[in-house]
Amino acid sequence: MMEREHTMALEVREMDFYYGSFRAVKNVNLDIEPRKITAIIGPSGCGKSTVIRCFNRMNDLIPGTRLTGEVLFHGQNIYATDVDPVQIRRLIGMVFQKPNPFPKSIYENVAWGARINGFTGNMDDLVEESLSQAALWDEVKDSLSKSALALSGGQQQRLCIARALAVKPEIILMDEPCSALDPIATLKIEDLMRELSVHYTIIIVTHNMQQAARASDYTAFFTMDTTDRAGLLVEYGETNQIFTNPKDQRTEDYITGRFG
Amino acid sequence: MKPFNSWMIGNGNQESLAGRHRKGKAWRNLFVSSLVIGVLSLVVLLFSIVDQTMGWIVVEYKNQPSELSLQPLEALNQDELVGILQDNVTARRFKALNQAIPFTDRSTEDILDLITEEVLQPSVVMSYRLSMGIFNREEMLADAAERYPDAELKFHLWIKPEFLNRPMSSNPLFAGIRPALLGSLFLILITIGFAFPIGIGAAIYLEEYADQRVWFNRVIQANIENLAGVPSIVYGILGLAIFVRALGGITSGSFVGIEGGNGRTILSAGLTMGLLVLPVMIVNAREAIRAVPQSLRLASYGLGATRWQTIWHHVLPSAISGILTGTILTISRAIGETAPLIVVGAATYLTSDPTGPFSKFTALPILIYNWTTRPQEAFRNIAATAILVLLIVLLTLNAAAILLRNRLQNRI
Repeated sequence: MMEREHTMALEVREMDFYYGSFRAVKNVNLDIEPRKITAIIGPSGCGKSTVIRCFNRMNDLIPGTRLTGEVLFHGQNIYATDVDPVQIRRLIGMVFQKPNPFPKSIYENVAWGARINGFTGNMDDLVEESLSQAALWDEVKDSLSKSALALSGGQQQRLCIARALAVKPEIILMDEPCSALDPIATLKIEDLMRELSVHYTIIIVTHNMQQAARASDYTAFFTMDTTDRAGLLVEYGETNQIFTNPKDQRTEDYITGRFG
Repeated sequence: MKPFNSWMIGNGNQESLAGRHRKGKAWRNLFVSSLVIGVLSLVVLLFSIVDQTMGWIVVEYKNQPSELSLQPLEALNQDELVGILQDNVTARRFKALNQAIPFTDRSTEDILDLITEEVLQPSVVMSYRLSMGIFNREEMLADAAERYPDAELKFHLWIKPEFLNRPMSSNPLFAGIRPALLGSLFLILITIGFAFPIGIGAAIYLEEYADQRVWFNRVIQANIENLAGVPSIVYGILGLAIFVRALGGITSGSFVGIEGGNGRTILSAGLTMGLLVLPVMIVNAREAIRAVPQSLRLASYGLGATRWQTIWHHVLPSAISGILTGTILTISRAIGETAPLIVVGAATYLTSDPTGPFSKFTALPILIYNWTTRPQEAFRNIAATAILVLLIVLLTLNAAAILLRNRLQNRI
């Protein structure tokens, strides 16, 4: 799987995605830069979340879905028949819209993923390292055996990030990770994303344009085709360029608030 | 003066606020009265049961105690009592009793009991309920004095520890429920052992693996729900055909060398009962599994867990309290089930305890049914007492279910 000539973290080629017979996303071509933060923005229903879930085969869990085209990870199509989606999901982790810690202790939340993936090293060290990376260690180090459900929403979401980090992924997908959080918790997550982007590739779906402008290096703007209601990629580039000098009229309309 | 919200009331075709409140109150009263009816019937049921578990009885002896000894029997020592016993039973019976437990090893009370049972042979000729003895005492005394002038009227507690520990008997005074109680418990063990793993397995498959879009799976699911409503007698007939007749070689135990039996064993009955509760078990377990939030599964898959790891580590631990609650409620229904047991061949009169899955059996509901059909008044008393025991077993099971559920929920 390791081929050095592919320098991009993910390369999406001609990707179409179907729910049953309905084409939800069409003709996506996208190169995700490694160790950068890429934001996916767009109006509701344009398929942002569908697209991000295509990147770790999460959509496989929904019966009746189908994908055509390719998503290349280290040059290999993750939708090839000999690829195990379980392996892909370990390498490409995910943080969800609503914080969803397991109903277990804080320690177990972090340790579980590593354990089921056959981690044999020092679990205590891994838990501390993951929680520190997620900027949560100082707040929970004395209550590791307490239930994760007793944490606040923002802490829970950082725990979910720590949990994802503990299985040593290369890419972290975040599907509107701050939509259930207050502004202060949101800022903490954004700071955290910035720190994590030193080591990890981060792709974040957000409905909050300010967040995309603040926190991301690259931005992809999706919208819904008015004729067949399929989501499509309108414009992709550096965040600065997208927000200050969009090339497409639809992007400009969206970011200036005229639409969406 | 117009009410401040007259603009809301507006034109006259709307109901007045007072009218709407009245309507709400009428509904509330209706709901309260249905609750009252429910509670009342429960109280009446419990009262009529407890009322019969104790009361006054008129006892007649085959041999009067005064004929055996000049002194009261209680005042005699052990040797004298054994002497009385020897004088009044046949030599063979005396030897048999001595062989069961040597008289030298028996306590004085034990020998007194033996004399009562073997020599005095009391029989209940009339039984008055507790409530009658308390509220209509005069009437009871007059009735007893008129009809049984020579007999003794005394207070008797039907519910007593020996009741649990005695085998069946044709004399209500000496009857107990031990074979039936053990039979019921044995039956429930087999039912759980059969239905619990299969029920959970089927529920896991239907909820976590089966593709709901396939018509075949939908047909199966609809039919399981329908099976839950099939009358229990039908399951009894099914059990008779399959477990007693077709698989008689297995359920009679002849394949492990137990000869001379037939398929009418605890094993057959337990499996039949298992079939009976299986659909309800599956439906319950499916509800519990479906109640596990999807976000938990997604979180697990997102970390690279396989489907089985997700089910084993997250879905089942979250669902288990619901599954257990459903299971115990199902089991408590099964413990009171009578019809299928009659069809499968429960013994109506059995003095020996069940010894294993291949022994003949009887069960509490069978025993209760049997006793209520007897003409003598006193059998109704012991039937009521057996019902009380059954209710206590049920309550214990339900309490265990609640405790277990709370424990599992509080784990973290």
